[in-house]
Amino acid sequence: MNYQVNEKGYYGDFGGAYIPEMLYPNVEELRTTYLDIMNEPSFKKEFDQLLRDYVGRPSPLYFAKRLSEKHNTKVYLKREDLNHTGAHKVNNTIGQILVAKRLGKNRIIAETGAGQHGVATATVCALMGVKCIVYMGEIDIKRQAPNVARMKMLGAEVRPAKSGSKTLKDATNEAIRDWINNPVDTHYIIGSAIGPHPYPDMVTRFQSIISEEIKWQLKEKEGREHPDYVVACIGGGSNAAGTYYHFLEEPSVGIIAVEAAGKGIHSGESAATSQLGKEGIIHGCKTLLMQTPDGQITEPYSISAGLDYPGVGPLHSHLYKTARGEFYSVTDDDAMAAGLELSQLEGIIPAIESSHALAIFNDKKFRPEDVVVISLSGRGDKDLDTYIDYFKL
Amino acid sequence: MNRINTALEQDKKLLSIYFTAGYPSLHDTTKIIQDLEQHGVDMIEIGLPFSDPLADGPTIQESSTAALKNGMTTQLLFEQLKDIRKSVNIPLIIMGYFNPMMQYGIEAFCAKCQEIGIDGLIIPDLPVNEYHEHYQATFEKYGLINVFLITPQTSDERIRFIDDVSNGFIYMVSSASTTGAKSTFGDTQQQYFERIEALNLKNPQIVGFGISNNETFMQATKTTKGAIIGSAFIKHVTQHGTDNIGNFVKSIR
Repeated sequence: MNYQVNEKGYYGDFGGAYIPEMLYPNVEELRTTYLDIMNEPSFKKEFDQLLRDYVGRPSPLYFAKRLSEKHNTKVYLKREDLNHTGAHKVNNTIGQILVAKRLGKNRIIAETGAGQHGVATATVCALMGVKCIVYMGEIDIKRQAPNVARMKMLGAEVRPAKSGSKTLKDATNEAIRDWINNPVDTHYIIGSAIGPHPYPDMVTRFQSIISEEIKWQLKEKEGREHPDYVVACIGGGSNAAGTYYHFLEEPSVGIIAVEAAGKGIHSGESAATSQLGKEGIIHGCKTLLMQTPDGQITEPYSISAGLDYPGVGPLHSHLYKTARGEFYSVTDDDAMAAGLELSQLEGIIPAIESSHALAIFNDKKFRPEDVVVISLSGRGDKDLDTYIDYFKL
Repeated sequence: MNRINTALEQDKKLLSIYFTAGYPSLHDTTKIIQDLEQHGVDMIEIGLPFSDPLADGPTIQESSTAALKNGMTTQLLFEQLKDIRKSVNIPLIIMGYFNPMMQYGIEAFCAKCQEIGIDGLIIPDLPVNEYHEHYQATFEKYGLINVFLITPQTSDERIRFIDDVSNGFIYMVSSASTTGAKSTFGDTQQQYFERIEALNLKNPQIVGFGISNNETFMQATKTTKGAIIGSAFIKHVTQHGTDNIGNFVKSIR
């Protein structure tokens, strides 16, 4: 089985580029150039240097001793939370800003839900001195005031998405409409492994630094490159794609995806796309998405603002359909408990997104000798208000 | 012969109107279609509303959201249109995004269109290569003309490919924009119109996006076969309801 995108932009049945003709020249330009650009020695050099000196990579692979004892298995945490800006998102925005520069684009647009990708985009735009416009749902702007302030302080303009449900999917629609209206000077930095081909593959490749590092770091610590399992949370799926990438063709490595069940899969308030979704088209790609029987896209729910996306990247739909990945869904309550557990056992307050991955121990029993690598995709500072409300701190 | 091809053979500039089915009220669909034909409109695009219309500006977005809220569904639209051919003769095109059609089932959707007497489809997010490879045979089996968009950014080579695959008309998007953006027809458009005219395509072109009144209609149709009005018509029914559609049509030509 092949898990790489094919030349037509598909992972098995999923992917493609279902875009209005107005976007074709931009997406086509990207499709025909992204691999060449990424393979240029000067690009690699600049990308690696920024990841090292600016982002702070490699991020540590940390053996979580007390967590391991508690769950009677060997748990390593991939510390993406220690990156500059506090999450894995910056790996991709650094890569895409360098692509945009080489394409001669001097105006950047992005969508954001919780604000993490918006902040990571505003950051690299400040770094490169490029104009930055971030679309954010009007409701999310109210819910995520500190990240809105961070983006503004970094010099970005935050534009409210007032259409539809006024959240992430609508911010994405608005960013796409902006690109339609500004076809020449603008590059759209998509924040997850979603969107029309080549975005899912490009974002995955930029995030694949995560699994590239896991391999050599694990070799140093355990004497082997391949863990028994890699575990990551999935909204659109960018940290998961990066965590899995170098293990996809390695059958000895189990791939575990954790989705947000919200208040329960069948509660009507959930974001467990693989369980609730059907094949369809969202934001330019064929994938699993949550929708009405009539094909209208529905609004998902999770306590974690970074996981409530109604679709999932096409690579992940393929992993689900081919059963290469094991998919689990974790409720708000179980995720919050896992976040608290990590805080008190290891002294690390995780982002609520990552707390979902940490809740895997409720559903999956590992053997004592298993090496389980969990992607700690982000830190919990941004979620403090939610933790305070939830635990009445 | 498909009604679209027949209409295109007429010796006049065609006026085509887009409206969102289910808006302003759920059951306005047949009345709007009948009134438009009665007042001399040559072709109609029936908008199948979608929750996430990427290529549309605020006016059509809002009408789509309202239509869905009113209860419009694919099934219901087909029911409303079931007897439409008893009273209406001009070409009818369904314009909508691909996901709702996929969920209905592409073959079932096309079969239903043929049964009702729909002549063509415009699906902005179904790219020409996907159509050509996977769906063209099905559309043609049910006698449906699929209409593709081109923009000022579309290369000559790609326009030729689209012209090859098309068998009705080409939808010429007037400028790089979503629907309903304010548009004037300046030098850029003039050059674009001239470039397209010089290509001598086998399919006639109909211009859309940014046509809102007599002036823009006349400009858009100088070198083309016709023009499509969407957002301006939606604004008209939002403000004036569906009782004086004739006034709107008269103001255009």
